[in-house]
Amino acid sequence: MENPYMPYPVRIDDIEIATEDKSLKTFKFIFLNKEDEKNFSYQAGQFAELSIPGVGEIPIGIASSPVEKGFVKFTVFRAGVVTSHLHNMKKGDIMGIRGPLGNWYPWDKLENKNVVIIGGGFAFTTLRSSIIYMLDPANRGKFKNIDVVYGARSPGMLLYREELFEWEKRDDINMHITVDGTDDPNWGYHTGFVPQIVEQNAPKADEETYAIICGPPIMIKFTQPSLTALGYKEHQIIMSLENRMKCGIGMCGRCNIGKELVCKDGPVFTLEELNQTPKEY
Amino acid sequence: MNTCINKIRELSFELLDKGEVEKVIGFANGTIPMATSPIAITSTKDIETLVFNSTCGLNLANYIRQHKGKIAVIAKGCDTRNIVTHIVENQVQRDQLYIIGVPCNGMIDKTKIASLFEDDIIEFSEDGNALTVKSALKEETLNKTDYLRQNCRLCLHKNPVIYDALAADLVEEQTLESPYPDVKKIEAMTPDTKWQHFQDLTKNCIRCYACRNACPLCYCPTCFVDESGPQWVGKGQNTTDVNTFHFLRAFHCAGRCTDCGACVEACPMDINVRDFTRKLNKDVFDLFGWEAGLDITKRPPLDAYSPDDPDDFIK
Amino acid sequence: MRFITIDKKNWAKGIGKSRETYRLFGPVKDKNGCLIKPLENDTLPDMTYPDTVMSAKSVLFPQTEKMLFTSLDESQKDHHIMKRTATDYTPRAVVGIRPYDAKAMELVKLNFDTVDYRDPYWCDAYDATTFIGLGINTPGPFDFSTSAGSGPFGEDGLDVLLADLDDTYLAKVLTDKGDAFIDACGFYTTADETESQMLLDILRKQAEKNIVSHMDTTRLKEKTILELYEAPFWEDISFSCINCGTCTFVCPTCWCFDIQDETKQNISDRIRNWDTCMSPLFTMHSTGHNPRGTKTQRVRQRFMHKLKYFLDKYDQGIMCVGCGRCVKSCPVNIDIREVCNIMNSYEKQD
Repeated sequence: MENPYMPYPVRIDDIEIATEDKSLKTFKFIFLNKEDEKNFSYQAGQFAELSIPGVGEIPIGIASSPVEKGFVKFTVFRAGVVTSHLHNMKKGDIMGIRGPLGNWYPWDKLENKNVVIIGGGFAFTTLRSSIIYMLDPANRGKFKNIDVVYGARSPGMLLYREELFEWEKRDDINMHITVDGTDDPNWGYHTGFVPQIVEQNAPKADEETYAIICGPPIMIKFTQPSLTALGYKEHQIIMSLENRMKCGIGMCGRCNIGKELVCKDGPVFTLEELNQTPKEY
Repeated sequence: MNTCINKIRELSFELLDKGEVEKVIGFANGTIPMATSPIAITSTKDIETLVFNSTCGLNLANYIRQHKGKIAVIAKGCDTRNIVTHIVENQVQRDQLYIIGVPCNGMIDKTKIASLFEDDIIEFSEDGNALTVKSALKEETLNKTDYLRQNCRLCLHKNPVIYDALAADLVEEQTLESPYPDVKKIEAMTPDTKWQHFQDLTKNCIRCYACRNACPLCYCPTCFVDESGPQWVGKGQNTTDVNTFHFLRAFHCAGRCTDCGACVEACPMDINVRDFTRKLNKDVFDLFGWEAGLDITKRPPLDAYSPDDPDDFIK
Repeated sequence: MRFITIDKKNWAKGIGKSRETYRLFGPVKDKNGCLIKPLENDTLPDMTYPDTVMSAKSVLFPQTEKMLFTSLDESQKDHHIMKRTATDYTPRAVVGIRPYDAKAMELVKLNFDTVDYRDPYWCDAYDATTFIGLGINTPGPFDFSTSAGSGPFGEDGLDVLLADLDDTYLAKVLTDKGDAFIDACGFYTTADETESQMLLDILRKQAEKNIVSHMDTTRLKEKTILELYEAPFWEDISFSCINCGTCTFVCPTCWCFDIQDETKQNISDRIRNWDTCMSPLFTMHSTGHNPRGTKTQRVRQRFMHKLKYFLDKYDQGIMCVGCGRCVKSCPVNIDIREVCNIMNSYEKQD
């Protein structure tokens, strides 16, 4: 990339409301220049800066998967100035995407391993990317058992519901979908918080098993003991962090935890790595 | 002022020893000449670290918010006026504070002294009114009264206005025929000259916000320049944005500023930001006969309604 | 490498001649102190100043810098598509830069020019700039550059090192860029290499001997990040801090920045501004959560970054060149030398 601050121009191709409270929307982008799509070659777990001229930029995990071609997708929670503006944009609007940025889940290391994916709330975006990647016929053989624990406040707050229920039907992935609570009498999945569902349903750890966690800090905090109880060692717990970022390329200085820059050395770290560093996230 | 430190230490020792306060907030010697640094002492064994001299130009009222227990604070005349303002504005409770008042003969103008030397000052000492200042190239003996900060020269409240104990005898207050000579000079300028004066004033501002952060009035949880939704002001070096910061900050201090000079003391670029606040102090005095921080029972005039307001629009 | 003798009588003329090729920057006295500024018209660099209040970093890294722009007017072709802002990268030279400020450029380069990314704004400016340093014969009382990997006659980051010999400057030409500048000035009187180097060594040793200010960094490396991070002294160190940005803005090695979009009429600029780790906004999440929400955390971040994280990350020494500006400018006199010594001598109590 010649100028790492220069966003690729994209057009908003589709906008989907992702949760019942409308606080999350999924944006599908098409690159205006075909060759930019090739340059934007990414791995599951990476993020990008969504760049709205006149408003600013915001780092967001890539929700589409490297095996999905012709577009990129981001699911965005409405929180600050840039995301609020983005939520009000419409199909056909032109904006920019800068990336891909950061490291990714360690796919090389995970080959021939059991993978347990644990997600909570709206931090399921790069996990969706990862699941699609692993389930792709070209890749499925590379991984042993795949377990997914995903929880949200209520059924309507689960992201990518249709896909979740499709995966549920497959026999090459074990889904453990849960909600904190629901008054739907026909809810056919789990009820309970993620840490508890992990403890009850996630496979016990052996040398060959790794867990990837992504979720709100409180979920991560309480899921760690569950994983430890199941025998997961620090190096087998893989996490993706968020911090305030601007440049996304390790230069502007704000996202560091100790000497590591979350935007460039991360956002993916093992718990072993995080335990060596100040917990400023 | 050399003797008042003994009294300060004595009082502080007693307060800590008897457990009447959790800490004493005062000044410690700095690591370089003409520098002192705010410090909180919690143990009687550190009592000797407390100092007080003509370089204690910062305002310790800025350090008394958000403490849990009772604290003691060393306070000059202007510091006590800001403590009053803090109490009036509910930033601190009176009974949380033990105020050791210091009748003040003024703080020195460090920039003015430094400008006498071509190289850096390596030694500074004072004895009464005599200042001895040394650089590698020369030594000067100066009269403190000639090198007071401008706000100290114009100060009408050298004595603490509120205190629990005094560190020295009260000093004589001065009466000034013209308390705002500096403002009058600017007021007399033509609009063009005035404009240029303020352009020149802020041209070296680096927006470090030392003036704001040294100011005991600037305790807003989020300053308007830091607000992001909506963002009122650009964050760069654009002249309009820089000036907007200074103008608005000054307006926000109108009727509250005690002219303690901490803003100027803190500014690394030697900008006399008091040129903004002083004009507003003068206006508030002319319009409302008000000087900030003298009365614990009264809210600042721009914060209160009065039927005899001099402006028509309010009636 | 070669040595040139410059008669001070020819200095102004040579500098003037160099303007045909270079845009010049240098120390200029202002009523508020000395600053590094563009040397407009025929202004000469002030070669007698003790130090500048601000470092020379703004020559490559302006406090506010336009990066990209676009039109928001949808009737325009290419609206909302960002383009790089045109900046003048014709040759520039900083004349009279202090050796520690030049050393700082090399440290900052580690951030802006990496294996993965090249910051084109900083790097293009760096490539365009020639640094003509002036050795410091009589270091001031705040100069602790010899404790920080630099020194009054340090050569790191310089293209030419000048030594002031009263009537003449002895110029040690260190790089091709330096050669080109000296040629552009028309300075050509070659000096004997061995003799000149001996003279320079004497001056350097004398100057270094005159440095009275020191700090000890020798044991920082052996401590772990967490050991220092969790040490009990940060609360005391930070008590007096008012969280202004002075220390970071005057620092020649502080590079942190913010990116902002500013729109005037229909043209939107993407701008970067210096930012400071002292500000709570620096790390504030949009949820309101702030991983460095307290002043103690922020003060710790500044010193840990300079004296430990940087040291461990790059193995190129500490992120401080010992110029002493932060010591002098801090409104509450927080002194990096003291903090460094506390960190360096800290032993964890089990």
